[in-house]
Amino acid sequence: MAIAKREPADSGYDLGPQEMTGSQMIWESLLREGVQIVFGHPGGAILPAYDALAEYEGDGRIHHVLVRHEQCAAHMADGFARATGEVGVCIVTSGPGATNLVTGLATAQMDSVPVVAITGQVPTSLLGTDAFQESDVVGVTQPVCKHNYLVTDIAELPLIMKEAFYIAREGRPGVVLVDVCKDVQIESGTFRYDFDISLPGFEPWPVVSQDEVQAAADLLNEAERPLILAGHGIHLSNTSEELLQLVEKAGIPVVTTLLGTGNIPETHPLSLGMGGMHGEAFANRAVQACDVLVAMGMRFDDRITGRLDRFAANAKIIHFELDRAEVGKNIVPDVAVVGDLAETLPAYLPLIKERRHQDWVNTLNEWRSETEEADIIQYEVEELIPPYVIRQLWHATEQTDKRVIVVTDVGQHQMWESQYYIHEHAGMLLTSGGLGTMGYALPAALGAQMSDREALVWCVAGDGGFQMTLQELATIQQEKLPVKIAIINNGFLGMVRQWQQIFYDKRYVGTPILSPDYVKLADAYEIPAAVVRHPSEVVPVLERAHATDGPFLVDFQVKEEVNVYPMVAPGAAVDELIRRPKPGYVQGYSGVQPSW
Amino acid sequence: MQYTLVAWMRDKPGVLNRVSGMLRRRNFNIDSLQVSHSETPGISRMTFVVDGDERVADQVVKQLRKVVDVTAVEDITNRLAILRELALIRVRTTPATRGEIMQFAEIYRAQIVDVNAENLVVQAVGTEDKVDSLIELLRPFGIEEMVRTGRVALCRGDERAKRKRHSTSIFKAAASLNGSGHDDQ
Repeated sequence: MAIAKREPADSGYDLGPQEMTGSQMIWESLLREGVQIVFGHPGGAILPAYDALAEYEGDGRIHHVLVRHEQCAAHMADGFARATGEVGVCIVTSGPGATNLVTGLATAQMDSVPVVAITGQVPTSLLGTDAFQESDVVGVTQPVCKHNYLVTDIAELPLIMKEAFYIAREGRPGVVLVDVCKDVQIESGTFRYDFDISLPGFEPWPVVSQDEVQAAADLLNEAERPLILAGHGIHLSNTSEELLQLVEKAGIPVVTTLLGTGNIPETHPLSLGMGGMHGEAFANRAVQACDVLVAMGMRFDDRITGRLDRFAANAKIIHFELDRAEVGKNIVPDVAVVGDLAETLPAYLPLIKERRHQDWVNTLNEWRSETEEADIIQYEVEELIPPYVIRQLWHATEQTDKRVIVVTDVGQHQMWESQYYIHEHAGMLLTSGGLGTMGYALPAALGAQMSDREALVWCVAGDGGFQMTLQELATIQQEKLPVKIAIINNGFLGMVRQWQQIFYDKRYVGTPILSPDYVKLADAYEIPAAVVRHPSEVVPVLERAHATDGPFLVDFQVKEEVNVYPMVAPGAAVDELIRRPKPGYVQGYSGVQPSW
Repeated sequence: MQYTLVAWMRDKPGVLNRVSGMLRRRNFNIDSLQVSHSETPGISRMTFVVDGDERVADQVVKQLRKVVDVTAVEDITNRLAILRELALIRVRTTPATRGEIMQFAEIYRAQIVDVNAENLVVQAVGTEDKVDSLIELLRPFGIEEMVRTGRVALCRGDERAKRKRHSTSIFKAAASLNGSGHDDQ
């Protein structure tokens, strides 16, 4: 599912000049970019475009998914893009429609997901007059976009549409917004799509320096305790295979970031899983103990580094990165290799010596076994705890032949998923890593499922995040999508509660959260559902969900005061972590009894 | 220390906003920023004075390059360059002080561009240091109003030949290869 250097599919459409309205130009551009699905919500300023959609939707060339909230249109486009590697597209109206998009755009941009957003704008004659449903969308979205445009002249519209897709797709992917004034949509002009894009200064694919690659190889070849820290860039550049070759040739263990989960199969003996704030102790100890750290396609986010000046303090750092600005932003590496991993990794591989690093790997395995002994998942627990649910979900999905996509929301369940679900390949997990957007999972799962109706898509959300976007259940039903939904329901905004427990002396302010009866709620949308309160019910309910053709919702009412461990407190070094309290220990209940 | 950066960008509505928005968002400390036309129609030229260390300057350069409308960025701090600022300073005068003020202006090769009974306007051109020191000299007479353009910069003749798009100090990780490892303070 590479995003790197994809040319839009040859759409077979005429690229030469034709007369048409601005509205038609929007859809004609999308056709030429190979777009078949858009997520949107109509309104006054985008009405001309929607009116023109009739002629494109009618013969099945473009499918429009009507969302229930514009934020979700952006999340769906994001989920679609992450699942396919193609550009996701959303379209909404001016003012509130566009401002509602912002969270979704910021989510995609932070995680380098290619999305093009089209917004209606008031007519040019009303710009700047505080007209009805006017907002400065270009101004509002500028900080959360790779680039954006305001279209006030129909002559510019075709080129802008082409540039928008080009910029969103090329190099490090990102979000581009095109704000089209209503009168531009109505006017007629000449449409063509055979432009050569000329953007001096926009350098999506930096030229790879062989010297840098050589320097990185020299450093790694000398290493006694090497470690790879692999991020989202591996998936974006579709280089999992090359990474695995490197790992096996040179015997290097791999830690991943949250968005890098599955970069190499997590069942691989050299996979240490995720590092950082909720990474396993042995993964974080490995980062601190290694002598050469090879960071690939990642940006040293504070969630992975912890305290910066103590991060991998004994290691020489090699940074493979496409975006030059990420080099030296948080960590100054000893060697930087700037360029597309799809180019740099194949160039790197032949320069690397075959090694085993057996002592180092043995040490890590020792650390791993210490951690595993304390892991809650090793013990039979009478009560329903989230790690068990997640591990059983993995067992259940492992048995299917279908492509499996797990989409998580943000919070405790997200961390448990990354710890207890075993990701076999990159791109299996879609989650909001950078922005940490609650409410992401359901619409993103819907977007992912739209891209592949045959896939087994599990939306895993907490009771807090799920309630932020649950209106999209209607969209799931309307599109007849077989999305499976697991709500890890602990009656709390769990991660915030965990912080309150640890850092705020257990004062649970604003975190107890009530839920509706999810089975009844699902029933209102005609979605079959079940509630689970005991470990013995987990496997049967998952079987039932998988046996159901359409969507299915499970309300897992889990024990409330369970924490995510290990945990690196914010500002602490990654080896100063709070470990699992003691083998098999599960906390009690909070004593908080919220009621409606 | 102060770094002098020059950036060229497409002359389109909102480009200044894109650049200043990025600088604000990334919490960069900019001492001065000056925008004008360049020799190429459709391309504006911005001169920045950045206060910070080498890493900050490097980040400003790289982040500027990511702004799609920015076509080129150069760090000319360590290059032979002509650095100038223009200031217009309205100084209170009396018949007794006018002569002295005009003498100071002459020493600084500044010009008197407006005169009336109560004040005069001095136009000073030079490096910021020179303008600063003239201002300090004039301050005791009473500065009623003042405007400064901020730094503009142009590389000297033989330096132009060295100019390449990528000549900016990319914070070369390799440079510290010989040193004592990374410095991430």
